[in-house]
Amino acid sequence: MELDAKIPAGPLETKWSQYKAQAKLVNPANRKKLPVIVVGTGLAGASAAASLAEQGYPVTSFCFQDSARRAHSVAAQGGVNAAKNYQNDGDSVYRMFYDTLKGGDFRAREANVYRLAECSLNLIDQAVAQGVPFAREYGGYLSNRSFGGVQVSRTFYARGQTGQQLLLGAYQALMRQVSLGKVNLYSRHEMLDLVVIEGKAKGIIARNLDTGLIERFAAEAVVIATGGFGKIYYLSTLAMGCNGSAIWRAHKRGALMACPSWTQIHPTSLPQSGDYQSKLTLMSESLRNDGRIWVPQLPDEQRAANDIPEQERDYYLERRYPSFGNLAPRDISSRAAKERIDAGFGVGAQRNAVYLDFSKAIKEQGKEKIKEKYGNLFSMYKKITADDAYAAPMKISPAAHFSMGGLWVDYELMTTIPGLFAIGEANFADHGANRLGANSLLQACVDGYFILPYTLANYLSGELKKEKITTDHPEFDRTEKEVVTQLTGLCELKGTKTADYFHKKLGKLLYDKCGLSRSAEGLTAAIEGIKILRTAFYKDLIVPGTAGEINSELEKAGRVADYLEIAELMCHDALSREESCGAHFREEYQTADGEALRDDENYCYVSAWEWRGKNSLPVLHPEHLKFEFIKLSVRSYS
Amino acid sequence: MKIHLKIWRQKDAKAKGKLVDYMLDQVDHHMSFLEMMDTLNEQLILKGEMPVEFDHDCREGICGTCGMMINGQAHGPVPGLTACQLHMREFEDGATIYVEPFRATAFPVKRDLKVDRSAFDRIIQAGGFITANTGQPVEANTLLITHETAESAFDSAACIGCGACVATCKNSSAALFTSAKVSHLAKIPQGEKEAAKRVLKMVSRMDEEGFGHCSNTEACEVECPQGISVLNIARMNWEYTKANLLKD
Repeated sequence: MELDAKIPAGPLETKWSQYKAQAKLVNPANRKKLPVIVVGTGLAGASAAASLAEQGYPVTSFCFQDSARRAHSVAAQGGVNAAKNYQNDGDSVYRMFYDTLKGGDFRAREANVYRLAECSLNLIDQAVAQGVPFAREYGGYLSNRSFGGVQVSRTFYARGQTGQQLLLGAYQALMRQVSLGKVNLYSRHEMLDLVVIEGKAKGIIARNLDTGLIERFAAEAVVIATGGFGKIYYLSTLAMGCNGSAIWRAHKRGALMACPSWTQIHPTSLPQSGDYQSKLTLMSESLRNDGRIWVPQLPDEQRAANDIPEQERDYYLERRYPSFGNLAPRDISSRAAKERIDAGFGVGAQRNAVYLDFSKAIKEQGKEKIKEKYGNLFSMYKKITADDAYAAPMKISPAAHFSMGGLWVDYELMTTIPGLFAIGEANFADHGANRLGANSLLQACVDGYFILPYTLANYLSGELKKEKITTDHPEFDRTEKEVVTQLTGLCELKGTKTADYFHKKLGKLLYDKCGLSRSAEGLTAAIEGIKILRTAFYKDLIVPGTAGEINSELEKAGRVADYLEIAELMCHDALSREESCGAHFREEYQTADGEALRDDENYCYVSAWEWRGKNSLPVLHPEHLKFEFIKLSVRSYS
Repeated sequence: MKIHLKIWRQKDAKAKGKLVDYMLDQVDHHMSFLEMMDTLNEQLILKGEMPVEFDHDCREGICGTCGMMINGQAHGPVPGLTACQLHMREFEDGATIYVEPFRATAFPVKRDLKVDRSAFDRIIQAGGFITANTGQPVEANTLLITHETAESAFDSAACIGCGACVATCKNSSAALFTSAKVSHLAKIPQGEKEAAKRVLKMVSRMDEEGFGHCSNTEACEVECPQGISVLNIARMNWEYTKANLLKD
């Protein structure tokens, strides 16, 4: 299989406008004959569903939450990037393109990343038009701050709740279309399978989580916007319901998965405090604008942070990466923290954290100014830890956060199954091997608002004259039967261990062997370990109740079943990439200073994997990345 | 620590519910309230019983999914918190804790502590948005909004739609929720154009959904995890009166 990314020819700056100028259109009168399914109502899903409905396509939209407003985009704190150059600090579309490619360790497509930077300008205008209350200067102009991995201020923010405000903008646009009858919204519905007919995506099977009823939905195209699967590590910064099921079921129906092992570990999460813990809470990366990160210079230090004198502190990020300092990119900062913690310099009860210290900023700017910038984050910190971060440094620790991998898509955001699109975090595109802060909200938004509406029309124009498929088609029968068999099978196991038990075991295994650092030996052992765990799962799982009722344990069990398969693919992916890049750090491939050692000659590709069945190894289809406009360089932040 | 729980169990909207007693004897005081509930559910499942159904998702206090009455208070005893941010260190060893669903006619119970809050979405559908299609909006900085206005709009926009305001109100009024959105959009120039239409439609939908009237007891503000001010209700009333007076 030769993967064709369908990147338009011509200069970087005109690729997207050329594409738009040449893409096929659908007559407004014909659009209502082309129904579209959008799964997920986060930034990508809600913006796509609303924008497509505005154009006249009948949209059916799904989310597993009780309301579309609750998708996990809501929890993103820090901000959204755009190359507006409002600060006159030398920003430009090209610079943002370059920062993003470099931040991703040169493992993303040039054309996609340039388009991301280009569309960023429009997104801010769109969000402001919808009423997103971004921070403003006193004169009324938009305000900006800086994020990890860049030296300009291009991040727009709404206090520490930027994701919430952007999501509410998209959600409100979606609600408007619901009220106009242009979107049929099914909340508390989970996509459990994809229906593929004659090689094309033509519908989904979903479970009504309120009744247990299995329902069929047909459409001319299916868009997956279900976010990332970082919750596979169990302890992560993601919401409890975040899962990989929709993309995984699509993968098993023929869509390739790309770079599944690239999960970003975020450096500024709250540390784990006990075994009962269900998740880790993220503190916005924007804190690193004013907070200084350090650990004691002596191992096993017993004194309280404020009792340790300045000269006995190790500001290791400032020491190792002087030009970026505390704003070094996430993968670099996370790894540096792990290195110090592993070396015995960790702080806190479990010795698993580092300090994030605001005392200098408070001294220089005053407590009020810091409160205005980060007040809600400080109060959130206090709610969870009962500690006052104005008085003593915060304790932070790395935690699984964002999936750079996902379904493989071409420039049109279409997967290898025609008619199946993947947008936002559910696809692999744009971030490469590491995501820069504040680029995630951006990608989700531009995919949904500005890219998919053009590329989907280009596909749908070819479907207009084809015979329409209904849910009576035998393929719907067959797919539904498989879904029902799986659900009843899980309910009938009647074992002695809960879905959470297996999820925690899997999470620990992955974090240790396929987390912040990886080795051939560890990954090989992990693959064996996952197989054993999977066998145990199907022998010893207990799910109470039946599939025909509200049953959150059954929901969890289905997701864990998928995680147990995704995890194995993650390990294969990490094992096959014999280099270090971005979030993927192979211990065998590092420089003398312990930095990631990339191998452009052999691994400058996107690894796309094909599912060959339960008992077969996945097959790798590399998409070789071509860099026509920039020169690959060593990623240095010192 | 030891905890005695009295939890509302109810199979569905039609079934009769009742409080059921549960004992937990190894609760860590660092646990969040929902982690304590996870521990209980784990034990119930292993005994072959159905776990207690409750809604929750982000566990960071921002998605608005979790919501339950804990000892008669929405989201429990600590002000300014969602249930997921409440920690067991707030309770005494040996405490008895009552856990019940949010109760309001407009929020029917689905099972146990899960309720249906889709009425909130329908209030937003009635007009809680700015009519702006995706396309070519004007350059963002052509629309100047002072720092103070943006901050004030943000204060209103911060509502997470959890429903605590309704649950704690003796009239089950949705005035705080609705007014937060009305205010957010009326305060900024983009939202001004539709302000009159918006407030009339949203208030009317709020009534149709079965929410009660606001009688200014201000209990909603006390229970709101985001500290949304009752001044929003005053603004909604002002916008509503103005719209009514000036309508054709």
